[in-house]
Formats: sequence, structure tokens, C-alpha cells
Amino acid sequence: MTIGATSRRKSKYEPRKVPDQKLATSAMIASLDAEGRDTVAAPFGHALCDLAKTRDDIVGLSADLSKYTDLHVFANAYPDRFYQMGMAEQVLISAAAGLAREGFTPFATTYCVFASRRAYDFIIMAIAEENLPVKIVCGLPGLTTGYGPSHQATEDLAIFRGMPNMTIVDPCDATEIDQATRAIADFDGPVYMRLLRGNVPNVLGEYGYKFELGKAKLLQGGNDVLFISTGFMTMRTIDAAKALKADGVDCAILHVPTIKPLDVETIKAEAAKSGRLVVTAENHTIVGGLGEAVAGTLMRDGVHVPFKSIALPDEFLDAGALPTLHDQYGLSVNAITSRVKGWLDE
Amino acid sequence: MGNHDENQHRQFRFTTQAFKKCALFSLAASAQSATNPQNCGTWGDVLNAQTHHAGSNVSLARRAWQIRRNALLMGEVQGQGYIGQALGSADTLATAYFHAMTYRADDPEWEGRDRFYLSIGHYAIALYAALIEAGILPEDEIPTYGMDDSRMPMSGMAAYTPGMEITGGSLGQGLGIAVGAAMGLKRKNNPAFVYNMLSDGELGEGSTWEAVMSAVQWKLDNLIAIVEFNNQQADGPSTKALAQVPEAAKWESFGWHAQSIDGNDLDALVAAFDTARNLDEPRPRVIICNTKMCKGVPFLETRESNHFIRVEADEWAKAIAILDEDKPE
Repeated sequence: MTIGATSRRKSKYEPRKVPDQKLATSAMIASLDAEGRDTVAAPFGHALCDLAKTRDDIVGLSADLSKYTDLHVFANAYPDRFYQMGMAEQVLISAAAGLAREGFTPFATTYCVFASRRAYDFIIMAIAEENLPVKIVCGLPGLTTGYGPSHQATEDLAIFRGMPNMTIVDPCDATEIDQATRAIADFDGPVYMRLLRGNVPNVLGEYGYKFELGKAKLLQGGNDVLFISTGFMTMRTIDAAKALKADGVDCAILHVPTIKPLDVETIKAEAAKSGRLVVTAENHTIVGGLGEAVAGTLMRDGVHVPFKSIALPDEFLDAGALPTLHDQYGLSVNAITSRVKGWLDE
Repeated sequence: MGNHDENQHRQFRFTTQAFKKCALFSLAASAQSATNPQNCGTWGDVLNAQTHHAGSNVSLARRAWQIRRNALLMGEVQGQGYIGQALGSADTLATAYFHAMTYRADDPEWEGRDRFYLSIGHYAIALYAALIEAGILPEDEIPTYGMDDSRMPMSGMAAYTPGMEITGGSLGQGLGIAVGAAMGLKRKNNPAFVYNMLSDGELGEGSTWEAVMSAVQWKLDNLIAIVEFNNQQADGPSTKALAQVPEAAKWESFGWHAQSIDGNDLDALVAAFDTARNLDEPRPRVIICNTKMCKGVPFLETRESNHFIRVEADEWAKAIAILDEDKPE
């Protein structure tokens, strides 16, 4: 399969051969590949438990996915503060709004697809319009499962970017998930946070990273390429930068964990530094995510720079093994480095 | 409406229940807890709150009449409105606000209040009429209804109006929010009730039934749903869409205590609200109020297609005059 090529669906009636390399379809159980890194178990669940020690206002709710969003850690530690809402995302969200109206800080979990699709009207009208401090924390962001389009939240950032009052966070790793959970608990307003679950890689620890809600952070400087990346794609741009360095390409990395509100000042200031190719990278469709947000703000403010985006295509994605899919759809380190080299040669 | 003694008896039954719950609350209040909210008060406060309704010796019939009149005045301001719904639900609102609920007119966010959620946002004109009669909204703002910068927009908005607890407009949401509020009240050991008024149309939304199931799961005996069943929605009768008669049987099968009454009979309403409030069972309760659109103004009652009823410019005054001919004591 050509790196970066988009899929074209075969006919369901076309028989298939058994592949040589038998990779398993990544279901919802698999964690994101640690790629040789240290991992931390259930950073979200543990951070929430720690917060709950001193915060009586924190409660947790899930629509039958507490085990798959690491909320079960909280549920086991604080069973009287956890509400199992059943497979019912609309009452999950509505009840969270009602609890918030009565003074509580609810953390409501499900998968990104279900929050952004099934529960949207309830999030916008019951929570966002009233600016309630509900934290919607969701697993399986973008392409983190090979289960197929029903579970691949390719467009959730685009959907929630359109929602007024909503703060959106896409954390990179275990360190950031821990810090961001604490930060959003302190923030007096609604938040949608994407989540990596299970054994989550830890990368930002070695950078002395400090999460600040609404702030982009320059992880490293560089003169040839400015990566502007979010979520786990920052892990990928870190690795891609190392690989490109070996080829004499010097890369800066600006990590943008808060998609909304976007840290436009930092993004503009870095992008405006001349002589660099700006490359956005996100675990999300090319439509309406980080890339288009950055492009829009740069154009409006007169920052005209060479600009490319790495993102998922505007398609329903294949089912299959995650490593294959990440290569196929351009999210793997190999895919990133080869595309950047191609752009630099243009 | 019953005589004075009967009214006193009803009040006593309610306040006994409230006292039981408040006593539990006071015990909890004495414990050190970060979730302890502002106190719902002492036994004396509960009694005082009960009689905080502006002029509590006014008959319910008069209250309902006044609500109808307020609504017609607002409709006249805009020349249009969901007046059929307001006229039909006036008796239900009168019973809620002037018999059943505990609240403080001068403090619409008082922690000890019963919460009233208007899930049917387009009935805002009806709720405003009740809030005005209750002294929560000022009567002199009636001419601002539906205008720019008004505190009374056409569709209920929590951010715009004192006493409007949730934002409506998109139907089928209120009951789910009420579930969460009822959960929250239990966490705080607050004995207040949450009332959620929804329409027969909203019974079609799956989200309503998610909330119905959830309320039973969480044994929310502090949640009272009121279904305004006038068998009219935008495209015609609700029973030709997703509602059914008997609707009560559906709710009972899900585990709720259900009552189905004539929603324009004040005696039946009083009895139903009392039953719902005093029921000593760990489950939520619903009152299905079968009402007549435009009730109280005969020439409108017989008008066709009255989901968004057409009223000519001169007919508002005519309707008010008809009401004024029959003003209850």
C-alpha cells in the first residue's frame, strides 16, 4: 500500500487472499502503540481520583463505557460518586447538565464518535448555551481504532469547533492527560477533551512540559520546518523531527493541545518567523480541524507562509490494523517524513 | 376549590412530608461536607416559604384566570403566539405555582425552592404568565413580551428570565436535565422536588425515554413529570404520531407512578399533585394532564389547526373581555 494513498473500497463480492503479515484489527481494547516508550496506566482515571480527594463537587458519569475511558478507576475508588447511565448518551449529557446546575462538576465519558454525533444537540443546548462546567472526556479520538467508521471520530474537532463556549483539548500523552484533567477541573466552563486510554505513552515528561489551558507550547526550535501539531500527532512530529534531522532538515515543533480557543498569538508569532515550511499535523480530517483553523487565522492576519497540512482524508476510513491504517492515511512517522521531504523538494 | 379548612389540611399534609425530608437534610447539614449547600432552612422557614405565594388566600380558579389573562395580554403585544397552549395549561400551572410548589418570589434561585423545568420551551408565554402572577416577573414588563432586549423571549431561555430554570426550544431535553438535577438534590440531601413539564409531542423523542428509564434506575422520588397532553403537535394529533392513549400505562410499565387526569379540572389537579408529592415510594412520578387547547375562550377552543393558532388583531381584546365576564372569586 502506497504511503499516504487514500483508500478506494473494493467490492464486497471480490474474494481476498490471506495476507502474509497477519496484523490484528485494532479494536477498542488496544492502546495506542507505545512505539518503545515508557507508558503510564490510565492517567485520566488516576488524575480524577486524586482530584476527588479534595473536591466533593466532582462526580463521574458514563454511557456504558467507564471501563473503556479509564473512568472505572474513579468508579471503583468512589462508587457513590459514579453514575452508570447505560447506553444512553443523550441522558448522559442531560443529567450531567442537571448535576452541574445543582453545583457539581461532572465528568461525563463515552467515545468521541458518540459525544460528537449522538449527543450534539444536548451538549450545545443543555451545556454550552448555559456555559455549565461539564467536562466531556472521550476515548477513541480520530483514528485510534481499526474498528471502522462507526468508532473512528474523524470529524469531532470540526464539529465541536462550531460550538460557542466550548473549550476543546486534544492532549498528547500521559503527562499531558494528567495535567489537563486537573486544569479543566479548575476551569469554570464546558470542556470537550479527547483521551488516550489504557497504557498511555509518556513523552512530554522529558521536556519539563507544563500544560496551560489555551496555550500552545514550543517544544523545540528549528529553521527549516515548523510543525504545528496536536494530540498524539505531537509524538509523531517529535519522532519525524529526529528522522528529518538525520537528513539535514531542522524542525521546530509547536504543540497545540487546546484547539479552541486557539492560541493565535503564539501560532502567528512562530509562523511569521521567515524561511520555514509550516506543516500542521492532526489526528483528524483535513476538514475543519487544526489545519484549517491555523490557515484561517494566518490568512486573516496577513501571515502568508508556505503551508501544508497532514490530516486524515475527507473519507470514511477503512477497517483493519492500526499500524497499516496510520501508514495508509499519512499519520505514521514514515508517512510524515516522506511527505515533508517531498514538500521541501517542491 | 374546597373551604378554608380543606386548604389548611392540604398544606399540613404537604408540610409534614417536607418536614420529614427537611429533618433529614438538617441532620446532614450539621455534618462537615463540601457539598452542603446553603441550608434549606428551619421548620419555620419551610412554613414561611409555603405561604410566600403572593396572597395565599386567593383561589386557584382566580390564579388560573389571571394566568390566562396575562397570556392573552402578551399574545396581543405580538399579535401572535402559542396562546392555545397557554390557555390550555393555565390550570396546571396554577396548581403547580399556587398549591404545590415551595419557592420565594423575591429569590428565584433560593436553594430550598422546588425547581420547575419548562421542557416545552414554546410554552414560555404560559410560564411567564404564571411567573408574573407569582410575583417573580414584574407585571409592567408584559408589553415587552417578544420584543428586542426583552426578559420574555418567545422561546424559554434560562439566561434571559428569572424563574426560567432551563433553556427550551429543542424539545425532549428537559426530563434528562431534571434527572441530573434530582440526582444532585439527593447528593446534597435537599428535599426539594424537580418538576419537569413536557408535551405530548416530546413523548416522541428518544431522549425523553432515556430519561424515563434513568429516573427509575436512580429511584428519583423527588422527580415529578407533568405531561401536557392536548393531543396536538405541529403536524396534527399526537396520537397519530408517537403518543398513545392510555399514555399512563407506558410510564407505569417503565416503573413510574402514573396518574392521568383532566388537566383543566382544578380539584383533580390538586389531588394529583398531592398524591405525587406525598407518595412514599422510591420511584419517580408522572401526572398526565389531559387538557384542551385554548381552554377558557370558547371561540378559540373551536378554531381549527390550533398548534400555532391564528388570532386576528381585534380578537385578543375580545378574548380578554370574555374572560372578564367570568372572573372567579
